[in-house]
Amino acid sequence: MITLTVNGNDHTVDVDPATPLLYVLREDLALHGAKFGCGLGQCGSCTVMVDGRAVFSCLLPAAAAAGRQVKTVEGLGTIDEPGPMQQAFMAEQAAQCGYCIPGMMMRAQALLEAKPAATEADIRAALEPHLCRCGTQARIVRAVMRAAQAMRLVDAVGRRAEASP
Amino acid sequence: MRLIKVIGGLVAVVLVAAVGFLVFAHRSEIAAADPPASFDRELVARGARLAAIGNCRSCHTVAGGLAYAGGVPIPTAFGTIHGTNITPDRDTGIGAWSQEAFVRSMREGVDRAGNHLYPAFPYDHFTKLEDGDLAALYAYLMTRPAVRATAPTNDLAFPAGFRPLLAGWKLLFFQPGRFEDDPRSSPELNRGAYLADALAHCGACHTPRNGLGAQQGRHEFAGGVSASWAAPAIDESNPAPVPWTSESLHAYLRHGRAEHHGVAAGPMQDVTRNLAEAEDDDVRVLAAYVATRMGAPSQEREERAKGLIATAAERLPFNVPVPETMGAAAARLPAGAALYAGACAVCHDAGRTGGMDGIDLALATGVQLASARNFLNVVLDGIHSPRHPSAVLMPGFAGALTDEQIVELAAYVRATYSNQPPWPDIAATLRDIRLNRIAANAEARP
Repeated sequence: MITLTVNGNDHTVDVDPATPLLYVLREDLALHGAKFGCGLGQCGSCTVMVDGRAVFSCLLPAAAAAGRQVKTVEGLGTIDEPGPMQQAFMAEQAAQCGYCIPGMMMRAQALLEAKPAATEADIRAALEPHLCRCGTQARIVRAVMRAAQAMRLVDAVGRRAEASP
Repeated sequence: MRLIKVIGGLVAVVLVAAVGFLVFAHRSEIAAADPPASFDRELVARGARLAAIGNCRSCHTVAGGLAYAGGVPIPTAFGTIHGTNITPDRDTGIGAWSQEAFVRSMREGVDRAGNHLYPAFPYDHFTKLEDGDLAALYAYLMTRPAVRATAPTNDLAFPAGFRPLLAGWKLLFFQPGRFEDDPRSSPELNRGAYLADALAHCGACHTPRNGLGAQQGRHEFAGGVSASWAAPAIDESNPAPVPWTSESLHAYLRHGRAEHHGVAAGPMQDVTRNLAEAEDDDVRVLAAYVATRMGAPSQEREERAKGLIATAAERLPFNVPVPETMGAAAARLPAGAALYAGACAVCHDAGRTGGMDGIDLALATGVQLASARNFLNVVLDGIHSPRHPSAVLMPGFAGALTDEQIVELAAYVRATYSNQPPWPDIAATLRDIRLNRIAANAEARP
């Protein structure tokens, strides 16, 4: 039995400890955001966040995720209330087939949480491990830039609200 | 009164000795000069191929930076030294260096102004270069684009920052002089030995150093260190599970990967990237020479290698093992076995081919070494393609696995894929690597 904390909720699952986290997310927890692409850590479509870092969930044994904070694209917002990263990808229409997008979003989210003032060069470098065979790479970069701006704004408003009596 | 006389006498002796030492350490300046306006094209091309073998770029070009503009931090036991700007910029590079000044720096470790150079610059090897090769290297460097860039100041522990002391170091450890052929050897092997020793300076990393940072000639090629990596022995004690041959070394040095040995990683990957631009015949003789130094393997070692290769070949395609089937070490180290099965086996243990075939770890030299350093470095960073650095052959696990998990994985891999004793204190080795990285990153920041 392994207990995983995914998007803030605890789940106890009965799986072999070597089972990739991706399989547990998709098959046991019905979180289908993270995608199976290559299964070899070469394409990035399975990327989720673990303790704030972007991780290929196809190469992370479930046992290695136990006791750590796992966040998937479902944790960034809901259909009704998408988070800043999701809103930005919609606003820029950054998905064509969309298969790689949840992984891209999670890598971008990890980058912006660690480095809110990330530059375009930072974003391009960070997204290097992600393959996309459609034609929206430029839109993806713009979407992450937009998300960065939105997240900085939310942050600033939050700080002002805290400061006011 | 007598005491004062004694003290006075001692002070006088010390002063005379100090002045004497400074006179001894003094080297004169070679006047600034404009390099020739043009060089023979053939000579420049030859210099380029020699510079590739000399691996000049590794220390004189920062990742993603302008070629030969310097600034690379080189960690040593005495602090951090920075590779200097060797482009022909007059003020910040070597633009005012005559060929005489260049040759003196290579053969004596003294810059144009007369300052002693630190032996991190391997003049203990370059002193052996032939005149013609030095002329070609000079022609090559002097025809590179001039870049205005000053390397950061060296950060050395007292008293290593005082350069005249290097005259004493040289007196103890430095033997200037040209390379001498071994009359009992063949022209090819002598050429290989010359390239390995005088130019490629293999020993700078693969030979152990003494407490004062000098290579221990008696233990040439017995294994040393390079940054946070172990440089394996490349003499008869080479630990590769499958003995190297002249052919496999040639493939490895030229292309950065060899069958049954895997892909070059760490500082050696830079070396192979440069050797890809060298003359193929030169790489061939280099490989032949190193193979000779490793010697013919024993019958027993050959047999063991055959067994390992056969076992590796037996893997069924896409048949990823599960911990219950992974043998004795897995029962003893279940956490490490689960990590291996979930994170590594899909490439290293599933009979994959066609570029997705991670090496069978029983064939990997890094797993056999006395230190876990190389294994840990590869787990943390993964391996990029030797020819296309932006292409990832193996992803790094620095963010995916915790330090504790990496230690468990290392212990399991060592127990399963080597016939060596367990690595001592893997956690301490990993901490050491992490600390060095933090220091290096802090350094890289503007």
